[in-house]
Amino acid sequence: MKKTLILFAHPRFENSRANRALLQAVQNLKFVTVHDLYELYPDFNIDVGNEKKLLTEHQLIIWQFPLYMYGPPAILKQWIDLVLEYGWAHGAGGCSLENKYLAVAVTTGGSRKAYGANSFNRFALSEFLRPLEQAAFLCRMIYLPPFAVQGISRLTAAELTRYADLYRLAIERLATDDSNTSDILHYEFLDVWATAQHNQEAL
Amino acid sequence: MTNGFLYQAFMYLAAAVVCVPVAKKLGMGSVLGYLLAGMLIGPFAFGFIGKEGQDIMHFAEFGVVMMLFLIGLELEPAHFWNLRGRILGMGSLQLAATALLVGSGLLMIGFTWQAALAAGLALAMSSTAIVLQTLREKGLSTAESGRSAIAVLLFQDIAVIPILALLPFLTLKTGTSVASGHDGMLSHLPGWLQTSSVLCALLAVIAAGRYVIAPFLRIIAGAELREVCVAASLLIIFGIACLMKLVGLSPALGAFLAGVVLANSEFRHELQSDIEPFKGLLLGLFFIAVGASINFKLITDDPLPVFALVAALVVAKALVLAAAGRLFRLSFDQNCIFTVALSQVGEFAFVLFAFMGTLDILSGQWFDTMMAVTALSMTATPVLMLINERLILPRFGTREQAEQPADIIDVQNKVIIAGFSTFGSTVGRFLRANGIEATILDNNSDRVDLLRKMGFRVFYGDATRLDILHSAGAAEASILIVAIDTAATNCSLVATVRKHFPNLTVLVRARNNLETFELMELGASRVYRECLDASVRLGVDVLAQLGFRRYTAQRAGQNFMKYDEDALHKLAPHRHDEKKYIITTREQIRLQEQMLANDIQSSHGLIDHAWENKEGGCGCPE
Repeated sequence: MKKTLILFAHPRFENSRANRALLQAVQNLKFVTVHDLYELYPDFNIDVGNEKKLLTEHQLIIWQFPLYMYGPPAILKQWIDLVLEYGWAHGAGGCSLENKYLAVAVTTGGSRKAYGANSFNRFALSEFLRPLEQAAFLCRMIYLPPFAVQGISRLTAAELTRYADLYRLAIERLATDDSNTSDILHYEFLDVWATAQHNQEAL
Repeated sequence: MTNGFLYQAFMYLAAAVVCVPVAKKLGMGSVLGYLLAGMLIGPFAFGFIGKEGQDIMHFAEFGVVMMLFLIGLELEPAHFWNLRGRILGMGSLQLAATALLVGSGLLMIGFTWQAALAAGLALAMSSTAIVLQTLREKGLSTAESGRSAIAVLLFQDIAVIPILALLPFLTLKTGTSVASGHDGMLSHLPGWLQTSSVLCALLAVIAAGRYVIAPFLRIIAGAELREVCVAASLLIIFGIACLMKLVGLSPALGAFLAGVVLANSEFRHELQSDIEPFKGLLLGLFFIAVGASINFKLITDDPLPVFALVAALVVAKALVLAAAGRLFRLSFDQNCIFTVALSQVGEFAFVLFAFMGTLDILSGQWFDTMMAVTALSMTATPVLMLINERLILPRFGTREQAEQPADIIDVQNKVIIAGFSTFGSTVGRFLRANGIEATILDNNSDRVDLLRKMGFRVFYGDATRLDILHSAGAAEASILIVAIDTAATNCSLVATVRKHFPNLTVLVRARNNLETFELMELGASRVYRECLDASVRLGVDVLAQLGFRRYTAQRAGQNFMKYDEDALHKLAPHRHDEKKYIITTREQIRLQEQMLANDIQSSHGLIDHAWENKEGGCGCPE
């Protein structure tokens, strides 16, 4: 069983619908620690020592956030800048995160169709997440495809619940079973993989 | 009438008041001003005062005792330790070599070896007053040249004590008490008893400084009466002088020892500023008396030997200094400044010559000549400095760069904190945690005592007094933090500082809005209301407790503080126009209400609409 750390960043969580639904679905799982960055560090003064300790104690790390202007909210960038230090997370002697799993759970206003070469946003979602992917690579972590809930303002309550259930399923599967990692890496999105898993189970 | 006390006092003070500012304007320093004043009113010029100058000189010599006490006070062991290499190395080298060189020169022109040694030592002295003032004026106190000069002067100051003790042994007169030339009460006792009582007296001064004087000053300070504090400071010096006379030692030595013992107490600054004016006046008087006793007839009758002697002396001193500077690896520029700055004969020479006169080591004629030579060498320094600065350095030296204050270990603290109650001490602790040492002034001796026990550098004194501000280094500091508990004191301090130290950044703690207005008007650079940050922080915590997101509450708090300070600044100019003030107050309250309302609204979407674009065509936000 992999202990799972959700590093959650949302500057205006009180108005959130999608992220709230996702978090509610997983926060009671025993092996999941939800770490709410904006709540803990309202002054952005991140306690690096504490964050490193948490990272050491967990094997599956999830960065969960709404996509703002094609990137993560400011505090997650601050967290990355401060915590993923040279000599600790990467570089000489920096192997503290080696072989841990990292996944991004992201919500976007635009639908999945709005992201792509010929679409409104001109690039695929995975392109916008490249800096995060490379950071994980640099730290010798295993970067999983993103769990993306998209077009959220048009989602019905039922659709949102379905995403929340998929999120829980994905985290449970990832935490318990190592055997399907190579399978997952073939998928573009983690939620698509989770859907496949769910359908298989229903059969 | 002409011999009355009032007339004399009037003449001395008038001469000082006229001559000293003129001398300072001409860049000659106050010592020369006093000498000039003495020369003018003395018997050889206008003749306003006659031979009583000698008596006044004896009285004014007490200024020298006070000066040595102050020198002792300046001798913080830590400071001494930092400069130890230079003080002992350069200082002893300069003194010994100069005394040797000058002494052998004097031997050749017919001095006895005793007189040559004594005069050589006296002439090796440089003028602390002239050098320190010149260096400070030129901003060189922390440069290599300045630090070396200070080290040499410090060694000379200390050396005066053993020299004073040595002189009686060189006397040609027999039957003089060996200890000091003054007959002590103990002079009829057997030798071993005299020696042991001298030792006991010295130990008594050291022990008293530590265990009697400091607690005594603490009690006096508790009475909070200025004049009693001053009286206590004077009492200490007079008491020590009496004790020393009793055992036949020089009062200057005792005062110096007491000063060293008290240098580490919290009363250092206080004692300094209490004694300083008396020392200044008495020394002024001393120099006037010296000036009055300079025999001009000697110079005008036969000017050549006197001027030749001055020239030879300055050259000899400069040679030794240049060699010492070279040995201690001063750069060319710094060595030139160092050499020229210390090339005169100092005020201690007057003291030593006067003493030699009473001991009959020097003949009357040579005494007159030496006094004239000393005074003339002092007048030469400003001119030589000017020549060095304008003609020598630009041609032969590299151009000076501005000194980097951060590179200098011994530099004056950049920050002064006035008032070390909870507020000031929090600031002090924060700065210290970040490696910034501040000079701290506080006028509560109990607190000073306690904080010192906890390892802080706190000095005891009333920060609103100009002299204390000066001795705390307000002229060299860049930031003054004003955090005294009484509002009126804060205000008068800000006003004083604005007037006398316009370059100082003044950051002030205030309790309420009214105080803030007053302080802003007086010219405080920034005013911090102590209630603002804490109350807003508490408010932020309340919001969080009630379920607000921390980050939202935090931003609301920061916005609120910003609005509040802006509003205060808008309000400040209208304080004296009462009608307008009321109107603007109402306006401001309305404004503040509006701001508050905006703030509440904004936390639900006004300010951050960029994050709230629900139907976002661009597809980024949630």
